[in-house]
Amino acid sequence: MRTIQFREAIAEAMSEEMRRDETIYLMGEEVAEYNGAYKASKGMLDEFGPDRVLDTPISELGFAGIGVGSAMLGNRPIIEFMTFNFSLVGIDQIINNAAKMRQMSGGQFNIPMVFRGPTASAGQLAATHSQAFESWYANCPGLKVIVPSNPYDAKGLLKAAIRDDDPVIFMESEQMYGDKGEVPDGEYLLPIGIADIKRAGDDVTIVSFGKIIKEAYKAADELAKEGISCEVIDLRTVRPMDHKTILDSVKKTNRLVILEEAWPFGNVATEITYQVQNQAFDYLDAPIVKINTADTPAPYSPVLLAEWLPNAQDVIKAVKKVLYKD
Amino acid sequence: MKEITQEVYLKWYEDMLFWRKFEDKLAAVYIQQKVRGFLHLYNGQEAVLAGSLHAMELGKDRMITAYRNHVQPIGMGVDPRKVMAELYGKVTGTSKGMGGSMHIFSKEHGFFGGHGIVGGQIPLGAGMAFADKYFKRDAVTLCYMGDGAVRQGSLHETFNLAMLWQLPVVFICENNGYAMGTSVERTAHTTDIYKLGLGYEMPCGAVDGMDPAVVAQEVYTAVERARSGGGPTFLEMKTYRYRGHSMSDAQHYRTKEEVEEYKKIDPITQVKEHLLENGFATKDEIKEIDRRVKSFVSECEKFAEESDYPPVEQLYNTVYEQQDYPFLPHKL
Repeated sequence: MRTIQFREAIAEAMSEEMRRDETIYLMGEEVAEYNGAYKASKGMLDEFGPDRVLDTPISELGFAGIGVGSAMLGNRPIIEFMTFNFSLVGIDQIINNAAKMRQMSGGQFNIPMVFRGPTASAGQLAATHSQAFESWYANCPGLKVIVPSNPYDAKGLLKAAIRDDDPVIFMESEQMYGDKGEVPDGEYLLPIGIADIKRAGDDVTIVSFGKIIKEAYKAADELAKEGISCEVIDLRTVRPMDHKTILDSVKKTNRLVILEEAWPFGNVATEITYQVQNQAFDYLDAPIVKINTADTPAPYSPVLLAEWLPNAQDVIKAVKKVLYKD
Repeated sequence: MKEITQEVYLKWYEDMLFWRKFEDKLAAVYIQQKVRGFLHLYNGQEAVLAGSLHAMELGKDRMITAYRNHVQPIGMGVDPRKVMAELYGKVTGTSKGMGGSMHIFSKEHGFFGGHGIVGGQIPLGAGMAFADKYFKRDAVTLCYMGDGAVRQGSLHETFNLAMLWQLPVVFICENNGYAMGTSVERTAHTTDIYKLGLGYEMPCGAVDGMDPAVVAQEVYTAVERARSGGGPTFLEMKTYRYRGHSMSDAQHYRTKEEVEEYKKIDPITQVKEHLLENGFATKDEIKEIDRRVKSFVSECEKFAEESDYPPVEQLYNTVYEQQDYPFLPHKL
């Protein structure tokens, strides 16, 4: 199978869908002439022209709202945020208009659109550029939230998101755009709301999603050397969440560690913890452990950033704790 | 523009009177606690809607506004009984009781809400126009806002984009003098709201919003500019609301004398005088219209009263287009 970069998978997904459906357009800062701030829309202006690949001024609130309004009249917009950190100045349009339009119009206006861009930290970018908003968006009914972790999932899920008739938040990472992975030549779609068991194992379940899952893989590799078998589940979709895959795994391993790059208060890991204690209480042989970022804004200094971010060693420590091997 | 004939004046009188009496009824049933939530009435601003509707091509052009939105859909052709039922929270309402006072919608009649966040509808209106331009449809969007909304960043971002892309949209500020209880003078250094268009080189101007004939002419010019590819226009309608911002407003920010002064130029009174002075209608004919209006308002109330509340499953089946979405349980 051929190997392509994450950014190429994103561009392929958008381009294939835009060839198939002329109601789709891509709008955002630097998406057209610059080929995307991270080259995730490379070549698309040349192929689709300026009516369907549109550069915007730095007006997230304005162009997010224009996207929603156009979705009320037949478009299927893809709105790119250069980072979801910038979505905060446009969040009113996402939460109040995209997410709620169908409900408050009694089902008259669905909003088939995708808001996409990178999420979470990407090196020493400090407090305003290192935030993960998965749990914020996933908290809001009306939205779906997808966070892929490799090029194959990204392409299949982005195509599904573009075809979905509800608004989808699709989150990538600056630190994943260069990642390479196997992606088949032919067309494929992946279902929204279905998790994927990336590594099968018996001793402990590790649930994660997005780029931070790489730390879980590293931990699983290290632990395997000690004879500890980890099952690594990639959520892929945060909302709706695939509880069944998590529960089935926990019922097998009886132990759960959740790795999420987000502030610890009320995050996605908290929700998983609630669901597992509620539905698999008798299967648990140890308290669930969450591994998150520090409960502070992201620092700049490299030493502090390393402490702030969760890593493979944190996962190893957590796995040993739930196995009572610490 | 279509000629403003005797029939137009008669329609304006009956429509505007109906809107006024319809909302007077809403205020009455609100006090009886049959309608709850917030209730923002259009009382006094009717000429803006009447004139705009004359300038639009109904069935083709589109309208979007904020939360002072009960009578616009009626003007666009929505059955008023369904609007009344929406405020009662009934399943027969325009949004099946999901939206209430601030969120009236009608896809069928080109009314795109009904929006509760001040200024949030401004980019939506431009987005609707974006779609019409994208699909090369012959349609214009009329996007309304209050004088409070023009101080939101959403207006400025949207004005820039609408001019950049020359979208077929007319932005209309209904300046009734007060953003809730705060006067225009107390919130801005520049009080001529229409001048906000100048910074974007958007054609703009102030309009007497108490006279439907004046409104119709100015809106028509703007709509036709948009329709012919000339891009957006920004109109400031100088108007007034007699009632408070919402039903809980004690109105300490203005004097009774000020309200009385505006009542002298009330749009319904102006049109009625025009009808009588020009011999377009006799006093008896006016009385007959008044009787018809009263009777229809009662019919709306009866329809809303007698309609059913929505079934519990509607809580879930309106949120997502995906009908088997796995909602989380919220209690045992």
